[in-house]
Amino acid sequence: MFQLINTLLIGITSGAIYALMALSIVLVWRSTRVINFAQAGQALTSTFIGFQTLKYVDSFWIALVVAMIGGALISALIEITLMRVLLKHSTSGAIAGVAPIIATLGLLEVIQASITLIWGGADSLITPPLSNTGFTIGTNTLVFSPMKLAIIAIVAVLLILLTLIVQKTSIGLSLRAAAFSPELARLAGVRVDAVRTLGWALSGATGAVAGLLLVANGNGSFSTASIEFSLLLISGFIAAVIGGLESLLGAVIGGLALGIITAFVLMYISDSLFFIAPFVILLLVLFIRPQGFLGKKGGRRA
Amino acid sequence: MDAVHKSSKSRSKNSSHQISNKVRLLIFIVLGFLIYLLSNNVDELRVYQGAQVSFYVIGIASIILLTGYSGQVSLGQGALLGVGGYAAALSHLHWHLPIPLTFVVAILAAAGAGALLGIAAARLSGPYLAGATLALAVGLPSIANQFTILGGEQGLFFDVGFPPESLGADFTQYKWFFWIAALATLIAIFWLQNVMRSRYGRTWKAIRGSEVAAELAGVNIARAKVLAFTLSAGLAGLAGALLAMTIGTVSPSAFPLALSFSLLTGAVLSGVTTLGGVMIGAVTLVALPEIVGTVVNRAGASEAIATNLPHIVMGTLLILTVVFVPNGPVEQMRSRRVKKEKSL
Amino acid sequence: MTLHVENLTVHHGAIQALTQVSFDVKVGELTAVIGSNGAGKSTLLRTLSGLKSATTGSATWKGHNLLHGKAESHVRHGVAHVSEGKSVIPELTVEENLDLGALWRRNKSESASSKREIFELFPRLEERRKQTTETLSGGERQMLAIGRALMSKPELLLLDEPSLGLAPLLVKQIFESIVNVTKQYGLSVVLVEQNAMGALNIADSGIVLNLGSIATTGSAQDLASNPAVRAAYLGY
Repeated sequence: MFQLINTLLIGITSGAIYALMALSIVLVWRSTRVINFAQAGQALTSTFIGFQTLKYVDSFWIALVVAMIGGALISALIEITLMRVLLKHSTSGAIAGVAPIIATLGLLEVIQASITLIWGGADSLITPPLSNTGFTIGTNTLVFSPMKLAIIAIVAVLLILLTLIVQKTSIGLSLRAAAFSPELARLAGVRVDAVRTLGWALSGATGAVAGLLLVANGNGSFSTASIEFSLLLISGFIAAVIGGLESLLGAVIGGLALGIITAFVLMYISDSLFFIAPFVILLLVLFIRPQGFLGKKGGRRA
Repeated sequence: MDAVHKSSKSRSKNSSHQISNKVRLLIFIVLGFLIYLLSNNVDELRVYQGAQVSFYVIGIASIILLTGYSGQVSLGQGALLGVGGYAAALSHLHWHLPIPLTFVVAILAAAGAGALLGIAAARLSGPYLAGATLALAVGLPSIANQFTILGGEQGLFFDVGFPPESLGADFTQYKWFFWIAALATLIAIFWLQNVMRSRYGRTWKAIRGSEVAAELAGVNIARAKVLAFTLSAGLAGLAGALLAMTIGTVSPSAFPLALSFSLLTGAVLSGVTTLGGVMIGAVTLVALPEIVGTVVNRAGASEAIATNLPHIVMGTLLILTVVFVPNGPVEQMRSRRVKKEKSL
Repeated sequence: MTLHVENLTVHHGAIQALTQVSFDVKVGELTAVIGSNGAGKSTLLRTLSGLKSATTGSATWKGHNLLHGKAESHVRHGVAHVSEGKSVIPELTVEENLDLGALWRRNKSESASSKREIFELFPRLEERRKQTTETLSGGERQMLAIGRALMSKPELLLLDEPSLGLAPLLVKQIFESIVNVTKQYGLSVVLVEQNAMGALNIADSGIVLNLGSIATTGSAQDLASNPAVRAAYLGY
């Protein structure tokens, strides 16, 4: 019984982080119809920005904000330089559809190599701001700790904030309109290009939080070779697919589902299925319901 | 299939660029002879790199077949190379098969995996397929850690043995690798060209042009796509076996995600839609790290730069190519020639 | 001359869609553009609103160059384009579609009163304001599209086949609405229509496009009584 609760809590926590990553992927997908595979690299860069900030400031939370701003700026920069050039040059041909994806893969490689160049390949350390020792109930210690609680709280707050922005504000309306029908949005006077950049900026900020929380969820050490980070990319994508790629809510549900299922698989079946479990889950989802659980059938045209 | 046949008949009349099969065979034999001569006149390192270029050529060709010809994107080709490599190693270790047969096993095993993947892939498109194959690239090699028969982290040995004595005492191990790899490559590419020119190739081209039109013309899209996946995977398996041969082992770290990315990069650099440029990508993949490394060393830069700069250059090259020359240099020149002919 | 188009030539790749098109539209004038399919009518509107780039020629609205800059910038100069076919965003609600048109406007209370006016014009839209547009009929969707255009405080209204796919009674209603709106807001209107008769009935002047060039121009009355025009487009 206790193990069940523990596993569930572990799953929800890691699921919350996957959800953030999925959110950042969906934000870009909805505004530009591109899967940004460099996302995890950007998240890692933002994490290092946070790490660098901690050398001057002692607060994890300030570092988090700085990392978010940094992540947003980097993402906006990528959209302005790379993506706009790509869209202008989009041609026909075999890889026209996936050219942007391949470009983001190239970008990922450049980012990873650049990070290693600047900060080195060895482990860096960010001390988690809150304790990771579990709460005790009677004689039992839950895996759940103040840190994990904070992670879930942060993700919940971010989700609410994002939803409010997207659903209730004018700029959110511009975002949605530009994502659904860029041409009609233009005719209504929406600055579609600027809005697109905003979508990327939000995505970058969200990824930054995912990266830092991922580090805080563990023992605080991370590096470019971190398995956690390649896993983050893939899990983020898988979570986004599970949720249907079209909605923010779907991204969150996908992330939580992936986190919980993976936690249970690892606990009750085998420890070393770390990499395979997400992949199998992805295959199952793509087989059973390719449009995701919250997605619409048939997809949309821009 | 009538519409496809008609168009292909008229096309073979118009395209006088198409060389007859017998002439092609001759060209390949001459190529083989030239390579043989070359191998006797270069040093050990080059010969080894020649072997590397060879299996990269096959790997890139497999992606060209899959992506350029049938329009499906796989980011997990490295995993299929792994299947081939492991199959070769296992069949050698446990069944004691002679080396040529291990290669056959590698091809068949990878092709089988490719068929399965192809069946799954037929339902997926674009980013979904990309993501699924990406997950495959990350997940499949780690299966080796699960089962001891697969050798775990350290992997298994794959020793093709010494060159036969009839070749002389001077014949080095690396030269032997190169000969095997080069021969395999020549055969594989010749065979692949035949396939691309056959009605299967035309079917894939039709699908690539327009799935709807092809379907209306009676093409069984799903079957064609699965076939493309299967053949492409078989080639990848061969490349994997050759890779295993050159490093002497198979292990999860021999087939990392980076391999899939490298092959994709090589394919994009070569020009995804045609076999003609396949050497460009393969040579770049092998030569670029070395060139960059030499430049860095001469400039006296740090170790960190030496290891990372090649990646930065490769990544940038990939981005630039995919943005400005997405169909590859060969196709670019071809379409420019066609445009000139049209305007005349 | 508030809309001044001179020698406008537009290409779709290698195909010339518009050739040396020249015409003027005055303030408050409703100009109908008629012609068969493929004549270039939609291309004309898309070029004027900035969605498509022209090859040569000029087009200005009250001195502002329409051929330069993005579509969304022309909206700020008073140009509103209701495109053909899919002219509303289905995933948004009726009210959101309307609000979209007014997003660029600074004065929020003015936007609010615009919305009230539009609801008065099209009461059915107010009934359905919180629903997504999938529940709307074809006629209601057209009203919404026009409403959205009005929300952006236009002075030049470009309408692409507003009667397309509508039942005759609705066609009459839409045309009546267009006349009302034009008078109420003092708009200049370029009305592209397949329904040549309906368009010429409410227009002041007309242009007949054929294969990308202007075949005839004139007052709406003259065109409607022109035998060649009647034979080709009016069916009698």
